[in-house]
Formats: sequence, C-alpha cells, structure tokens
Amino acid sequence: MTAHNMTQPTASPALPDGATSAAAPARRKSSCGDRVQRLLPKLVLGPTMVTTLLFIYGYVIWTGVLSLTKSSFLPNYTFVGFLQYEKLFDNDRWDVASLNILIFGGLFILICLAIGVLMAILLDQKIRSEGAIRTIFLYPMALSFIVTGTAWKWILNPGLGLEKLMHDWGFESFTFDWLVDPDMAIYTLVIAAVWQSSGFVMALFLAGLRGVDNSIVKAAQLDGASMPTIYRRIILPHLRPVFFSAFIILSHIAIKSFDLVMALTGGGPGYSTDLPATFMYTTAFSRGQLALGSASAMLMLGVVLAILIPYLYSELRGKNHG
Amino acid sequence: MAELTLNKPRFTLGRVFVYATLLVGVLFYLMPLLVMLLTSFKSMDDIRSGNLLALPDVFLFDAWIKAWSSACTGVACEGVKGYFWNSILITVPAVLISTFLGALNGYVLTKWKFRGSDLFFGLMLFGCFIPFQVVILPMAQTLGWMGLANTIPGLVFVHIVYGMSFTTLFFRNFYVAVPTELINAARIDGAGFFTIFWRIILPLSGPIFVVCIIWQFTQVWNDFLFGVVYSGGDTKPITVALNNLVNTSTGVKEYNVDMAAAMIAALPTLVVYVLAGKYFVRGLTAGAVKG
Amino acid sequence: MLTTFAKRTILATAISGMLSTAAFAGSVEVLHYWTSGGEAKSAAVLKDLLEKEGHEWKDFAVAGGGGESAMTVLKSRAVSGNPPSAAQIKGPDIQEWADLGFLTELDNVAGKNNWDQQLPAVVADVMKYDGHYVAVPVNVHRVNWLWANSEVLKKSGIAEVPTSWEELIQVAPKIKAAGFIPLAHGGQAWQDATLFEAVVLGVGGADFYQKSMVEADADALSGDTMVKVLDTFKRLRPLIDDDAAGREWNIATAMVINGKAAMQVMGDWAKGEFTAAGKTPGKDYICAPAPGTQNAFTFNVDSFAMFEVSNDEDKQAQADLARLILEPTFQETFNLNKGSIPVRTDLPMDNFDSCAKMSMNDFINTSKQGGLVPSMAHGMAVPSAVQGAIYDTVTNFFNSDDMTPEQAAERLAKAVRAAI
Repeated sequence: MTAHNMTQPTASPALPDGATSAAAPARRKSSCGDRVQRLLPKLVLGPTMVTTLLFIYGYVIWTGVLSLTKSSFLPNYTFVGFLQYEKLFDNDRWDVASLNILIFGGLFILICLAIGVLMAILLDQKIRSEGAIRTIFLYPMALSFIVTGTAWKWILNPGLGLEKLMHDWGFESFTFDWLVDPDMAIYTLVIAAVWQSSGFVMALFLAGLRGVDNSIVKAAQLDGASMPTIYRRIILPHLRPVFFSAFIILSHIAIKSFDLVMALTGGGPGYSTDLPATFMYTTAFSRGQLALGSASAMLMLGVVLAILIPYLYSELRGKNHG
Repeated sequence: MAELTLNKPRFTLGRVFVYATLLVGVLFYLMPLLVMLLTSFKSMDDIRSGNLLALPDVFLFDAWIKAWSSACTGVACEGVKGYFWNSILITVPAVLISTFLGALNGYVLTKWKFRGSDLFFGLMLFGCFIPFQVVILPMAQTLGWMGLANTIPGLVFVHIVYGMSFTTLFFRNFYVAVPTELINAARIDGAGFFTIFWRIILPLSGPIFVVCIIWQFTQVWNDFLFGVVYSGGDTKPITVALNNLVNTSTGVKEYNVDMAAAMIAALPTLVVYVLAGKYFVRGLTAGAVKG
Repeated sequence: MLTTFAKRTILATAISGMLSTAAFAGSVEVLHYWTSGGEAKSAAVLKDLLEKEGHEWKDFAVAGGGGESAMTVLKSRAVSGNPPSAAQIKGPDIQEWADLGFLTELDNVAGKNNWDQQLPAVVADVMKYDGHYVAVPVNVHRVNWLWANSEVLKKSGIAEVPTSWEELIQVAPKIKAAGFIPLAHGGQAWQDATLFEAVVLGVGGADFYQKSMVEADADALSGDTMVKVLDTFKRLRPLIDDDAAGREWNIATAMVINGKAAMQVMGDWAKGEFTAAGKTPGKDYICAPAPGTQNAFTFNVDSFAMFEVSNDEDKQAQADLARLILEPTFQETFNLNKGSIPVRTDLPMDNFDSCAKMSMNDFINTSKQGGLVPSMAHGMAVPSAVQGAIYDTVTNFFNSDDMTPEQAAERLAKAVRAAI
C-alpha cells in the first residue's frame, strides 16, 4: 500500500507547471528568493512553535511558579518556597494516588498491549466478517466515559451488574465485587480503561502486521518454522516501532485518565482509586488549594519527562542513522 | 496482506480457538453499549425491577424523544438537540485547521529540517502529555486578553492549540517514510516549498488524513473539560448538555433518558468509526505506525 | 376635552412606563447547577418572574458533583475577566469571592425589602461580607433527616424511629433478622460526610459540632468526644450493605422506598424521590430528625452571589433578581418543588407537607434557642480545603479497617491543620 502510493507523484505530470508558481520569484531575484525559500519552513512552523512555547511551556512555568506560592482560591503571588511540596509528601491521599498510577498505568499498558497483539494476530487469520469484528473492537475509542460511565458503573456493581446477572442465571457462588472493595477497586478502572483503548492498540498492530513483508514469512515457512515461532522470532520483532507508538499513546492516556475515575468510582471507596490527575483537579479547583494542586502537577510532569526522554532519545537518534 | 497463514483455513481446533476468543472479545466490547441501548428503551419501573441485560418488557422510544427534545439541561427543557449544532460549529473548524497545520508541521519537520527542528519536535511531543487540568486557568486568562473568552472561536482556538501536538506527531511519523529523494528531485527541478507540499506531499497523504481527522474528531467531539470551561451560556457543546442532563446531584434520576441522551451524543463519533473504521486501519497501515 | 386630556395622560404614562422599563431592561447571566427536572422547572419560575420585569435571563447551567464543575467554570471565567452577573455560590466560599473583590453590594435592595427582619441572623451572616449583603439566600435544606420505611420498621418489630445512635445500633439486629438492610447508604465521600456530621451532632451535641466542624478546633477534632463519635460512626458500617461503594444517594433512597432497607440519613432533597414514587409522608414513610439531633438543625442554604457588573441596566436587573428571589411567589414555588423550606420565616406554610412544616418549625426554634448549625458536608461550615481534609479522613476511616478511632481523630486534626 505504502509503496504503491509513493510511486504516484513521480508519475504525475504536475511537477513542471507547479514549479512555475512558487519558483517564479526565485528566478527573478534569486538571492532574495533563496532566502525566502530557506525561511519558509521556519515561517510555516513559526505559529506552532510560538503557541507551543506559550501555551504549553509558558503555562508549565506558570504552574511551577504557582507551586511555590501560597495560592489558595485563585492565583496569588506570595512565595513560600517548597512548602507545598512538603505538604504534598506528607499527604496520605497523594501517596495513594501515586501508587495507584503505577499499578493502573503499568497494568493498563501491559494488558492493552497483550490484548492488542493477540486480537490483531487472531484477526489476521483470514477471519470471516473481519470488518465487523474490527469495528466492534474499535468503537469504544469513539466514546468518552461521560457517555459510558453509568453503564460501566452498573456492570461492575455487584448488586446490579455482572454478579447479579450470574446469580440470576443460577451461578450463586459467582462473586465480582471489586468495585466496592477498596483494595481491588483500582483494577476495575483497569478493566474499563482496557475496554476503551485495547481496540485501538489492536488496530495499530493489525496495521503493523499488514505491513510486514510477506516474503520473509514465506521463506521462514519454507524452512519449516511453525507459525508461533514465526510470530515470535520474525514478525513481532518487526513490529518494534508499533510497540513504541502504542506505548507512547497508552502512557499518555494513562497519565491523563480523569473522566474514567470521575465516572466510575469518583475516587472511591474512600479515596482508594484516586489518580494524580484527579488529585490535582480536586485540590486545585474543588478545594481551593491551587498551589498544592500545581505542585502535584509539576511532579506529574516530571515523571512524564522521565518516561519520554529515553523514548525520544532512541527515536530521534534512530532516525538520524537510518 | 493477510497471507501470513498460507495454508487454506480449515476447521481445526486452532480455528475454533481463534473464533471462540474473538467471540469473547466481541461480547466484552459490546456489553456496555448493549446495556445502554437496552436501558434507553425501558421504562423506569422496568429498570428498577429488571436485570441489566434483560430485554425491555415493552420497547419504548419515549426516553429518546425526551432526551432529544424535552429533557432539562438548565432552566430550558428542550433536550439536547440545540447543542448538537454548537458541537458541529466547534468540531469542524477545530478538526480541519488542526489537521491541516499538523500536515504542514509534519512536512517541515521531516523534509525541511533545520537546526533545532528535532529538538522542537521533542518539545512538542511533550505537549501531548500535559494534563489539561493544568492549563485551565492560564488559558482562561489568555482568552480573556484576546477577547475570545466564552466564545466558539475561543474554544476552537484551544482545541487547535492542544490538538496540534497530536496531528503533528501523526503526520511527522507518516512523512518520515516518504523518500527524501522525491523531494530533492523536485527541488532540483525548481519546485518550491509549497509546490512540493501541494503537488507531491498532499496527494500521498490521504490515508494519514483519515487517521488524523478521525482521531481529532473523536477528541474534540468528546471533549468535556474545555467545553465546559471555555464555552458561553449559548455556545455549550453537547457533552456539557449531556453532563447537565445526567449529572444532577439532588434531583430525581431518569436513567432511560440519561442513556438515550448519551447515545445521541455519541452517535456522530460512532457513525464515523463504523463508516470510516476500515480506512482508519488502512491509514495506520500506510505509515502512521512506522514512526 | 377632558377625555382627550385623559387619553393623552394615559398614553403618556403608558409611554413613559414603557420607556422606564426599557431603560431598566438589563440582562443577568446566571451560573447555576440546577439541571434536574424538578430543580430546572423551579429555577425557570425565577426566569419568568425576571422576564416579566423586562429583563433578560441568560442561562448558564453546569451540573456535577454538587457544584464542583460549576465552581471550576466560575473561577476560569473570573480569571478571564468575564464573570457571570449572578452565580450559585454558598457558605464560606461567598466570603472568599468577596474577599477577592469580585462581588457587588446589595445593601440597597436589602434595606428596601427588610432582609434583616426576614432572614434568621445565622443565615444572614453567611450572606454578608464585612457587614454588607453580597448574596441572596434561596432556600434552606435540612441535612440531618432520617428517612424510614414505616412498613419495614413494623415488620422488624420496631415501634418508634430510633432517637439516638446507640438505639439505632441496638435495634439494627432486629431489622437484619427480619431480612432488611438497617441503613441505606451510598459510599461516596459526600454521603459518608453527611452521615458523619449527623453522628457528630447526635453524639457530641451542637456545641461540640460548632467547635469541631465549624471552628475546626484542633483539640475538639482530636479529643475524646471525637474518638467516641468516630467509634459510633464506624459501628454504623456493618449496618450498611456491602455494595454501597459509589452508589448514588437516590439509589439508596430507592432501597428505602422499595422496602429493601429500613432507614437512610440524607438531606430533605430525598423527599423528592419518595414523592416521585407516589409515597405519602407519615403513612408510607417517616421523616424524623437524625438520631440524637432532635434539638438541632443542620442547614444547607443555596444562595446566589452577585458579581460586579459595569452598566446600570444590568445592575438594575441584578437588584431585581435579588429582590425576586426573596419574594413569596418564588420562595413558595421553588421550595415546594425542591423539598426544601423557604428561607424567610414569615411565610405561610399551608401548601407544604408535614415534613416541611416540621422542618420550618425546627428551623425557627433552633434559630432562637441555639442548635442551628451549618452543614460541614455541604460546604456551609468551613472553607473547601478544610472540608476536603475532613472528607478524606472520614471516608478513608469509614471504608478501611486499618485505623482505630483514636488514630482517625489524630489524623483528622493533622489533615485539617495542613489544610488551613
């Protein structure tokens, strides 16, 4: 598919005419035109650079500044040093939230990758009505938890959902009460989050599988390798970039998870399912502790950087070589 | 494509396992939608007494009608229909502009690299991860300064700013795979920056545009946080109306209407996924995942 | 001649009348979180009244989490320099906004309409900043209610609604033995806090409530009385079924309505659920003060704070809105719909049901004799940061088994100290 598309433009006769419009001034006054041509990419990227610097980095700096103040209800610029960070580390709820993002994020990413790969491989076996199944796997991505939250809450609730259903069907001993168990409730978040995102990961891997060069696989088959071996030894290693893309997308979803918690558990039972994003929102907005919320946001961003920098390093370095 | 299993499919134990697993998957993915649909057709008594997955005693469309035209979302009780248009007014420009800018950015970042452009890309990628709760207040202030507070253009602007990180990432990863020789050849022929973009790059970009537009459409349509904070009284998107309808704290709840309203709000994105899902995977195949 | 003159005068007055309304026709943008059917309809009454005066009502409703989302929106609008002219804000938050200089004084309207006489001092104080009215109260919710299913009580062999928490804990086994859940409850932080403050009031009394929940006094929060309160509170946990976590309050109310559970502690908005299910107070269900709080009244007052606006027409509209809110028409219609009682104590209660009449009675009595206290759980007593700290500790203690009441009291005091 890719290869086919790429041959198009060279075959296209459009080039010569096209050259006249933009390159015309270049002929008249070549030095000036050259400079314009050299400047153009920067000019085009300019607005994005400005907005990125202002609206992302500017705001991050602003948040950092706020985290050093005693802002409560609205911003206030009386500085108190690292007091808010001390408060944060002394806050039981923040401990719970930090531990939760490790459990939630880790499991969510792992399970999504596992299910994504598995379903993609299965779906790649010349399945009847593949299109329909693929759509069904993919549709949760189209829905926000504002839409599906109530349904999920019911399904996971032991008195209303799955457990009751199983009891109604005669499986009296079936229990599924994670939602109401403070130690297990975080795993219900994982289930709902996997439901939403694993289909997308599946699509990524399916796309990756379709892009694998068939001749390698054929050669391996001729050598007598079994399908599982081929997948393990040849195809999956080929999908390394897909793993990376999926990892980045999934970790960004995990860190931003907010609607999910609000819709499903509201952070409960107790505050056992609080995540950093919900902690930050609650303290900064609902509770009028803007500075404390900013401090938690800064710590979150720090962790993001720690994950992102190694990825970027390998990504950009790899590109420069190849 | 799809020829990894060269032997013709046979009814073996393996195939049974494949289909069984897929079926379990299908059930898992469909369950919430099924619960929502069934509930939306039930009466309140039916909901109180019945089981989650039981069929309605009588199929009723009342809840849908009420959600569309007479449920309360404020002092007005006119359903969610008026907010649909607001969402479209916000989503369409936001998606188109952010996608187009993403394409230009991706093009520059791969084919017209300059010193610092890689670094900039890195900085931008980090922007994907910024929790939106962080930007609420400073962005409100900025919009106030720009005179765009609580207007649709303001909301569109916010969506473009925070959508661009993603669209740029998508296009950059796609354009990386486009051979640079192609561009160099055109440059030697005298083609300029925009000529190459229009004549060479854009015609190649169909699949990635599909991916990007679907992604952005989903994000912007489903957005609640920006919508609630930066919209005005009469420019609220449908997610905010839905939230108002569903999220009452001290009032009587009508779950069937809630579910019907949720389905209505989700309909456009669902339709897009069902209709364009095929192109989505195809677009991903065409290069988005090669990054 | 005279007739023409008369006609002219009439015409002239009519025109000047039109002109004057036109001159005063302003608009108010109202940020509120009343979106459910009953609430929205009652708010619409206010809109109609305002429109009759020739003003425009611009609706800005944001639901969710007891106004949490609405507050986020309000903050961002204030920061952007574009706040709405009226916003539903309550309790100590009013002071915070006034302190930042956002609110406008309503002394003019208040003076003309005798608010000081109409409103109980405790409520008026919440509406005032620095001695000036900056907000208008809409209604009074009583939070310390106990709702009970008469039939379930009878089947369990209980003649009277429990009047103390100890009594409730003692009779609970009878209810369980009869096959019912003693206490219907939803395990959300605010509901845990609602139950908790009822126990504080019932076990500790109004003075202790005032010290611990309103003044957030560290000694009261960590003292022996608090330990006893927490111990009692924790002993209520087994009276609640296992599936309570995350349950909405109205589902819990439905459990009482359907006869699955015997009782629920919840504010008077729960009455709407009983009414919607076609139940009558006194017959199908009983409303009584929460155990041990017969001589006290926990109030939750909804109110509108008025923001500074620039032009005179809008100022006039704002003042008219403030006046209309306290006029009998709106007070009665709104509160009949919402389950609460009018905030003015001088209005006839004939159209209200027995629960509301009892509520009004207790409201007047406690406001005179003491025992009228602001609800901590509903943001009337302490700033939101302190409220949040109490929420966290209380809900965590109630839901986990690794804390003794003594430890919980310590933590409570510590968390509150960190939040101030």
